[in-house]
Amino acid sequence: MAPPADAVLQLETVRLTALYGPRAVVKDVSLMFPKHSVSAVIGPSGCGKSTFLRCLNRMHELSEGGWVTGRVLLDGADIYDERVDPVQLRRRIGMVFQRPTPFPTMSIYDNVAAGLRVNGSRSRGELDQAVERALRQAALWDEVQDRLRHSALALSGGQQQRLCIARALAPQPEVLLLDEPTASLDPSGTQRIEDLCHELKLAYTIVIVTHNLQQAARVSDYTAFFFLGELVEVARTEDLFTKPAREQTEAYITGRFG
Amino acid sequence: MTGLVAVLSFTAVLALVLILADLIAKGASSLDWSFFTKSPVAAGATGGGVANAIVGTGIIVGLAALIGLPVGIGTGLYLAEYGSGRLGWIVRFVADVLNGTPSIVIGIFAWTWLVKPMGHFSALAGSVALAALMIPMIARTTEEMVRLVPHSLREAALALGYARWRTSLRIVARTALAGIVTGCLVGIARIAGETAPLLFTALGNLNFTVSVGQPMQTLSLQIYQYASGPFDEWHRLAWAAALVLMGLVLLLAVGARWAIRQRHGAAR
Repeated sequence: MAPPADAVLQLETVRLTALYGPRAVVKDVSLMFPKHSVSAVIGPSGCGKSTFLRCLNRMHELSEGGWVTGRVLLDGADIYDERVDPVQLRRRIGMVFQRPTPFPTMSIYDNVAAGLRVNGSRSRGELDQAVERALRQAALWDEVQDRLRHSALALSGGQQQRLCIARALAPQPEVLLLDEPTASLDPSGTQRIEDLCHELKLAYTIVIVTHNLQQAARVSDYTAFFFLGELVEVARTEDLFTKPAREQTEAYITGRFG
Repeated sequence: MTGLVAVLSFTAVLALVLILADLIAKGASSLDWSFFTKSPVAAGATGGGVANAIVGTGIIVGLAALIGLPVGIGTGLYLAEYGSGRLGWIVRFVADVLNGTPSIVIGIFAWTWLVKPMGHFSALAGSVALAALMIPMIARTTEEMVRLVPHSLREAALALGYARWRTSLRIVARTALAGIVTGCLVGIARIAGETAPLLFTALGNLNFTVSVGQPMQTLSLQIYQYASGPFDEWHRLAWAAALVLMGLVLLLAVGARWAIRQRHGAAR
């Protein structure tokens, strides 16, 4: 099993199964995500890796027919407990999607502040500070500081994606979920996001879904390989890529299928 | 092929040009200060204006919009965001049927349910009839505009800890706002020219009034009365009133265009 015994766990899934109606797309997955680490989830299209990610902030249950069994523990407490308000929970777990999703009616500033305002009104000074901090963390501040009031749509694709990361970071979540965050970006945009992962893990626990194996190898500490909804193997990233324990894993990472 | 399409589109434009040219030729000369500021004079006498009808149109259409816009927009938002179930299907079906109902039928119902129990014609009954015409139109365009908002935006807001209602209002409706406003302006323009449902409700009134409990004049009713009357003076005023009404509708249409432009401007 991957994480060292002394690692502090931030997030853990226990026999998590995700279903659409009667059909299970993630089957019986138990995984641990140590605090301040980057974990990559890899696997061929349709292996359930995105659905798995969406179970970690209770987005899966918003899909038509989506439901789960099993448990997801955030700091040891089950997020599927009936006393947990999913809306409140999502403020503790940030998420960034495959395509940049800036709110088109809002300025750059308002986009970043959106998650803060929804948490209750804050003073102007507090907001200004939080927005700047989030934009700096997302390595976007220098590029946008003199046009915070402009439409977010004027930014390039890569900038928009970093804006979405800043938006997710602004409420200071504990966990950051990245769902193929570089799928629609060019190489330099991809590079910047990957660099960010290394910096952000100092403050956050990151789970990244990617179909790019090199990316998983570059950014993550741990890698989990999914196939047909099942967790095939999880290990420290360098181990998984150099000496995979399972035949299926080896076949996938050497490009024989998927 | 291109030539045929050009001829056809020219025909469509020609109709508008002919109508406008005719209205201007026959109505423009009657447009003077007193036309806009005076109420009608006694039948057969010359002079007077349609101030009562202009103000009446404003009040009746304004009141109809006040009732119709919130209900229509709310219904459209409901249909787009939560309307996938059976109730949504029923609401959508009713809206479509109502959309196809002849306006005179709506007028008869407004007469049965409002004018008859109240015992007299009133501007309020007219506004309700117009609102009933407007609601299904606004609801369906709002629904379509809201559906155009990408699903990914909803997800982004939900993942940020927005509650569902807040996502609908703050993100989805705001993103679709320009489209919704356009739909509303088109809807208002459409009811501003309605005559049939007002015949049984607002009735018409040759005197100036702002009391919504009383019969009230509108431009469309005034055109109907004057055009079907026996006096040349009335016909002259009817042409002028038609020109004013047409101008009003054109203004709303231009406003709608402008709102669309704002949306595309924001998308760049």
